[in-house]
Amino acid sequence: MTKFNDKSLVDFVIVGAGAAGGVMAKELSTAGFTVVVLEQGPRVSEKDFKHDELKFKDIYNPPHIGQAALMNDHARQPNTFRKTENDKAVQQPVVGYGQCVGGGTVHFTANYWRFHEIDFEERTRFGAIEGTGFADWPFRYSDLEPYYTKAEWELGVSGLAGSSPFDPPRSKPYPLPPMPVKSSGVLAERGARKLGWHAFPAPMAILSQPYHGRAACAHCGFCEWFGCEMGAKSSTLVTVIPLAEQTGRCEIRPNCVTRKIEIDESGWVTGAVYFDSAGHEHFQRARAVVLCSNGAETPRLLLLSKSKLFPQGLANSSGLVGKYLMVDVGSYAGGVFEHPLNEFKSIHDTRVIHDFYDSDPQRGFYGGGGMDARFDLYLIGFALWGMPPDVPRWGGQFKKALQENFIRTMYVQAHTTCLPVPTNNITLDPDVKDAWGLPALRVTYKDHPDDVKNMHFFRDRALELMEAAGAIRKWPLPIDDTEASVHLLGTCRMGDDPKTSVVDKFHRAHDVPNLFIVDGSNFVTSGRNQPTCTIQALAYRAADHLARSARSGNVESTG
Amino acid sequence: MEKTAATRRQFLIGSLTGASSLWLAAQWPAILEAHQYARLAGSAASPAPFEFFTASQAAEVEAMAAQIIPTDNSPGAREAGVIHFIDRALTTFDRDQQAPYVQGLKDLAARTRALFPQAGKFSELPAAEQVQVLTAMEKTPFFDRVRLHTIMGFLANPEYGGNHDKMGWKLIGFTDEYAYQPPFGYYDKNQ
Repeated sequence: MTKFNDKSLVDFVIVGAGAAGGVMAKELSTAGFTVVVLEQGPRVSEKDFKHDELKFKDIYNPPHIGQAALMNDHARQPNTFRKTENDKAVQQPVVGYGQCVGGGTVHFTANYWRFHEIDFEERTRFGAIEGTGFADWPFRYSDLEPYYTKAEWELGVSGLAGSSPFDPPRSKPYPLPPMPVKSSGVLAERGARKLGWHAFPAPMAILSQPYHGRAACAHCGFCEWFGCEMGAKSSTLVTVIPLAEQTGRCEIRPNCVTRKIEIDESGWVTGAVYFDSAGHEHFQRARAVVLCSNGAETPRLLLLSKSKLFPQGLANSSGLVGKYLMVDVGSYAGGVFEHPLNEFKSIHDTRVIHDFYDSDPQRGFYGGGGMDARFDLYLIGFALWGMPPDVPRWGGQFKKALQENFIRTMYVQAHTTCLPVPTNNITLDPDVKDAWGLPALRVTYKDHPDDVKNMHFFRDRALELMEAAGAIRKWPLPIDDTEASVHLLGTCRMGDDPKTSVVDKFHRAHDVPNLFIVDGSNFVTSGRNQPTCTIQALAYRAADHLARSARSGNVESTG
Repeated sequence: MEKTAATRRQFLIGSLTGASSLWLAAQWPAILEAHQYARLAGSAASPAPFEFFTASQAAEVEAMAAQIIPTDNSPGAREAGVIHFIDRALTTFDRDQQAPYVQGLKDLAARTRALFPQAGKFSELPAAEQVQVLTAMEKTPFFDRVRLHTIMGFLANPEYGGNHDKMGWKLIGFTDEYAYQPPFGYYDKNQ
């Protein structure tokens, strides 16, 4: 395994070994550059992944004994939350993200939706929206398309090209056929047909057949929140990270918490200051730094990296670092069917509906989304939350409902748009500190009224779908104020104008020539809340450009 | 208070509240010992001693669990050994709940006496009267906690001390083969 000495100068330090960081590490190292990846979390592997709900999936406020194994740990890294800047933020878990080598791609559900053309130019096509920073992206779908294809083929994605009439153009089909349909998928198809909608095979970053030396999915049923013990989920941990390490030019350094990006007097970054697992501080020198730390931790790290040149945080002359936070919003309906679905088997969702993907001004608000038919509760979670609201909470009737419903229930989940609101942001908490003595991550977030209307619109569609699919019981799940998120977007947005964006269209910080930011923080708009595919396509595109710039000596201080 | 219906927030936040991974690493061996422990506990010939509860406390908590998931024509919390899961939880990952349990059991005794002054212990009441007592306290944090622990002890992996002989899994129709081939259910089989 390649090891670099702290004192040695490497070409790139990448902060974060997740969806984007893994791709960047592989692309830059195979292009001939030396790379150190600083990852906060541990190195995990297939042998660590057990089918154990109590260990890997927290159940409901305390107790919770697991989850921190693959995700951020709120005991060591507290969050605080408030709705508006006039409120005092209260300590509570708010953001969730993967914290291990492979990041969120280790535990994600593996939904792998491309953005559509509309996602890049929605401001032009829909118009301005009061109180938001609704804007076009600085490039179009066609610019990103080759990189979507590259991501799908390198990582391994199962799906069926042409199966959705709403799909954007693609240069190649999926590398693998779709995953086998489950009962929830068949029922979604049945309902969609009746309603004149179109259910199509879910694009999933899970192998339907062996691919690149990895085994196909065994349909164990433990995807979301779990690591895949088969290596069939196409996480960066089992795909690109091994390729990066094989170059002999990339070191993945786990259990390293970065606290500051240093700059020199001329405004070029010089490397990253980090704590190792024993709490000792180190400085890794680098010719350039790439932040892939997600839409919450990337802006926090920039805000922590104050200096004489950047008193309000590194790369923050626009004041936009941390602003326009967009999160995962959506709505659910539950349904019980006559016969067993046995949804605990196999992946969580196999059919998706994009008939309401685009926003429609006739609805009276901005908003779009996609739906899938799914079952993503495990046993204990199901008993706590999964049943119709009129089921008694305990006693013989509760037991009977468990017995009848567990194998007969599915949900329809809508994944909906989240508007970029300037007052929704990530800042540093003035009072609460993390285990390293650094200011805690403070989230200020209040749902935009259009986002809420859209969630209600989609919840009605979800109930319609349940009805059309033949549910014998159906119920809506409450839509309450958003106070938690596992998709973290928009906080270092990209754009052509340094006054209204943090990075340019190739992910270079407007303010700092050798600082690059590649993760969900770059999103200008939210898409339909399935961001991973686009985060990884962005990473491939960014790396392609960055490698070419670096070869021509364009990312290094000459001073 | 837990709501009956899940909110979006619970779906998310349920996954967000985490114990320290350092703490977890330190505790994991102890937690896993529950495996052996459960084997012992589950065999009637040599019941394992409780680590936290007195025998009397255990009888009261077990009686509560047995009303939350009762024994009818199929096994319930009692047969699944939920009490051993709870005892273990209170000495490992949920030891913060020790004091609330002690206080909660006092409250249970007080409510039992208030409703049935002639009665002795809650666990000695007839089932219908136990239900009355629990109905009177079903909105308390203590009841919620016992309910949560009962559900966990019924459905978590048997190595945690409950779900004896996979009784909980058998009841709800879950199988632990962890490898399947389609068709998975009725509707994909009969397309």
